[in-house]
Amino acid sequence: MTALISGLVLPLLAALAAIALPARARLPVALLGVGLTLAASIWLAISVWTNGAITVSLGGWQPPIGIALRADGLGAALGVMTALVMAAVALAARHEMEPLVAGPRTSFGFWPLMLLLWAALNAVFVSRDLFNLYVGLELITLTAVALVAISGKAEAIAAALRYLLFALAGSLLYLAGVVLSYAAHGTLDISLLAARTAVPGDALALGLMTAGLLVKTALFPFHVWLPPAHSAAPAPASAMLSALVPKASLLILLRLWFEAMPELATPVALFTLAGLGALAVIWGGVLALLQARLKLIVAYSTVAQLGYIFLVFPLAGGDGAAQPWAAGAWTGAMFQMLGHGLAKAAMFLAAGIYIAAVGSDRLSDVRGLARALPMTGFAFALASITLLGLPPSAGFTAKYLLMTGAFASGQWAWAFVLVGGGLLAAAYLYRPLTAIFAREIAVTPRPIPWGWQAVPLVLAMLSVALGLLSSVPFDFLQIGRPDQAAEGL
Amino acid sequence: MTTTLPVLLLLPSLVPAAVTFFLPQDSHALRNILQLGGAVLKLGLIVWMLVAVATGATYEAEFPLAPGLVILLRIDALALLFISLSATLWLLTTIYAIAYFGTKAELSRFFGFFSLCVAATTGLALSGSLISFFIFFELLTLSTWPLVAHKQDKPSLAAARVYFTYALPGSAALLWAIIWLESATGPVLFTEPPDLSGLDPAALRAIFALFIIGVGVKAGLVPLHGWLPAAMAAPAPVSALLHAVAVVKAGAFGVVRIVYDVFGAENMTALGVGVPLAIVASVTIVWGSVRALQQDEIKKRLAFSTVSQVSYIVLGAALASPLAMIGGLVHLVHQGLMKITLFFCAGIYDERAGIKRINGLNGMGKRMPWTSACFSLGAMGMIGLPPLAGFVSKFYLGLGAIEAGAPWVLAVLLASTLLNAAYFLPLLYRLWFLPCAANTKCDERAPGLVLPAVVTATATMGVGLLAASPISPLGWATLIVTQGYGP
Repeated sequence: MTALISGLVLPLLAALAAIALPARARLPVALLGVGLTLAASIWLAISVWTNGAITVSLGGWQPPIGIALRADGLGAALGVMTALVMAAVALAARHEMEPLVAGPRTSFGFWPLMLLLWAALNAVFVSRDLFNLYVGLELITLTAVALVAISGKAEAIAAALRYLLFALAGSLLYLAGVVLSYAAHGTLDISLLAARTAVPGDALALGLMTAGLLVKTALFPFHVWLPPAHSAAPAPASAMLSALVPKASLLILLRLWFEAMPELATPVALFTLAGLGALAVIWGGVLALLQARLKLIVAYSTVAQLGYIFLVFPLAGGDGAAQPWAAGAWTGAMFQMLGHGLAKAAMFLAAGIYIAAVGSDRLSDVRGLARALPMTGFAFALASITLLGLPPSAGFTAKYLLMTGAFASGQWAWAFVLVGGGLLAAAYLYRPLTAIFAREIAVTPRPIPWGWQAVPLVLAMLSVALGLLSSVPFDFLQIGRPDQAAEGL
Repeated sequence: MTTTLPVLLLLPSLVPAAVTFFLPQDSHALRNILQLGGAVLKLGLIVWMLVAVATGATYEAEFPLAPGLVILLRIDALALLFISLSATLWLLTTIYAIAYFGTKAELSRFFGFFSLCVAATTGLALSGSLISFFIFFELLTLSTWPLVAHKQDKPSLAAARVYFTYALPGSAALLWAIIWLESATGPVLFTEPPDLSGLDPAALRAIFALFIIGVGVKAGLVPLHGWLPAAMAAPAPVSALLHAVAVVKAGAFGVVRIVYDVFGAENMTALGVGVPLAIVASVTIVWGSVRALQQDEIKKRLAFSTVSQVSYIVLGAALASPLAMIGGLVHLVHQGLMKITLFFCAGIYDERAGIKRINGLNGMGKRMPWTSACFSLGAMGMIGLPPLAGFVSKFYLGLGAIEAGAPWVLAVLLASTLLNAAYFLPLLYRLWFLPCAANTKCDERAPGLVLPAVVTATATMGVGLLAASPISPLGWATLIVTQGYGP
């Protein structure tokens, strides 16, 4: 319980301290906050591993009067992934967000925003209350928009405004759904909703909430805000935005469809969600192929990579939830959430290093940088392996489990998405990789400290290690899992 | 002990790989010691294991990744055949590569991936389940790509791109086939053939085809062979490794595993997919030879010859009669020995005399006698002259074809032999009977390059002469077939 609460309170306190304390103390306080929150997240995961899912009723009040927080395997795993990404972001931002480099205003804003975002993410990972989730989601959106706009450049402001408009529309839709649901059932708690007496209005409520969350997750065709926003933000911010922020709304979506209202998961609805995911894989991949800037390629790849996760709906949702393959397919999608987070953060942080080294992320400018910055090139290549879904990496574990689910359930057409998406990823990552590993150097880079170069490499290695040592994470993700099917195939 | 040895076998390649990547370019001595030390250590382990396996020991190690996703390393007779070949040739290629590159640039990167590639091949040989096979198959693709692109000039990069364009869809087909099959049968282990009754014959045929496409890309089956001649842009040691031990052999080895350990000879006949596979192999054998005949560059000619020769292994597997199986399996080793000799020599001609095209070979027999003698032995072995290695393979394949009731294969073998002669004999004629251009500068005083070629050329002769001995590749292949796959 202490671990769970610390994960929410520590980053909030650190954020407040970073605002209040004088400039000298800002960085040490922020880093201290990062370290403590990282420790709290790991501690939470260890207690979930030893004791099973942890439920906390705030103030001792049970739902529906009080609010419940619950850390299950998925929430705790996302918490650890977030903590690792945040720690890496902080280590990179130590260099990139120096007042002398980024300007005093940006430097002042970055640390509190980052810590607030972290607190909000952790809140979403453990909340069981739809309105509580809404508050967390809003906090995420506002900090994320601010992080996009933080540089103050015209391009960034425009991207942030577009993001804000989409996100607000999404929030309204979600909130409307929450209100409908509350009016009908008098509760906002996910576990209580699962035991409710169904009313005809539930479908509308779920539809509204889903639509709002899809906008926030940037699922095709609501993805248009994501690439400009993620590429306009400073690299450490992009890493958080791409690796972590969409996972929050996606998690709520999973909680709604798998826990709160699983009986509403009709085949048509599940097919629609996965179909949009498939289109995202293709469309994101094709657009990534056309980009000339590293960060835009990586951002479009996020659109594509998030698409895979939506295959979980027909493969493990609805009636399929009770089938033997459901556990495997569901866990596969969760591996994709975790692996993509680590790999995508590694890629954006690598892009940040290139921007710091040569002042640009155009493919023509990063040519040959692998020679001067070998660790960064290696990190980008390793992260690519996860995105391609090649073994041994988290991406491969995800793809294998999802494909097995697709064949076992007789829905093998979804396997085309997984395999085709992998080939498409190979195509769009081939260009940046050959540019980075080219023989001739386009722009002579400024030196980058080793400690900074190592940051994306460690993240990329973690994304590979997650696949190599997937047995423990697999079991961990089963803790408190909603579905009935016990074992994968 | 029984579980640690398969892992120990991976370490002599993995550890040098991991360390070499971080070595500075100038620490040549340390890098070479690591590479050679790893290769020698591994060979030692294998010899020890051969003895142990002969006295009845079994080795198995298992690493569960997720349900159904288990890396299983197992040592059986077939694994030992492939692994002994790769370990021996790896040591020789390492010696050759060290001499070939000298103090050129980017060697830490090269030897790092080189070791990783060998680790992948070892893992492939030891794989005891389909999914482990796939994992190492992919690791092989990834680790050979930087080797093909090593020179980083336009042709190398283009070749590397072509390689990926073929390899990745191939992997996708393989993964598709594995998961399709396993969704009906559960995880497939090579020790116990899966129960295929849950799938209808049409699906099984489709799965078989996907499997063959998946591994056929690496084995260079026509029409999936296009990357192989293109990959000639790579440095000579890489070509030697690619053609003799690593990539194409992994493909051929995969065919053998899939035919015998996944489907089984009986199921293959029942499904009626053996004959089509034999036809594809035959077309590849003839087409590869015809294309080889048209090549003017030595390495290109050798590359097309590989396309053709590797399909002998596929042919042996497809015919599925015991003698044909023996012929195919033994060719796995024999082709490796002969082809690596030829590529070693081609590299020496290029590096020490600047000869890339066949007309440059005129009269080199007198100027570079050692190299030319080795080259000639390798070429004659490929043609199938007795008592060299190639003869043994072709002899058994021919007998096996009759045994399998497919006499038309004899015509293929005959045509291939004639074509082999047609594209190799002119080279030998040029080497030994034509006068050389006076101004060619050449110097074969490079023991690190010539010695490996001499060893493999001698082995080409040795495995043919001593074919009757039980410890020869033929003896081992016979053991595999009589123990495991015989009817």
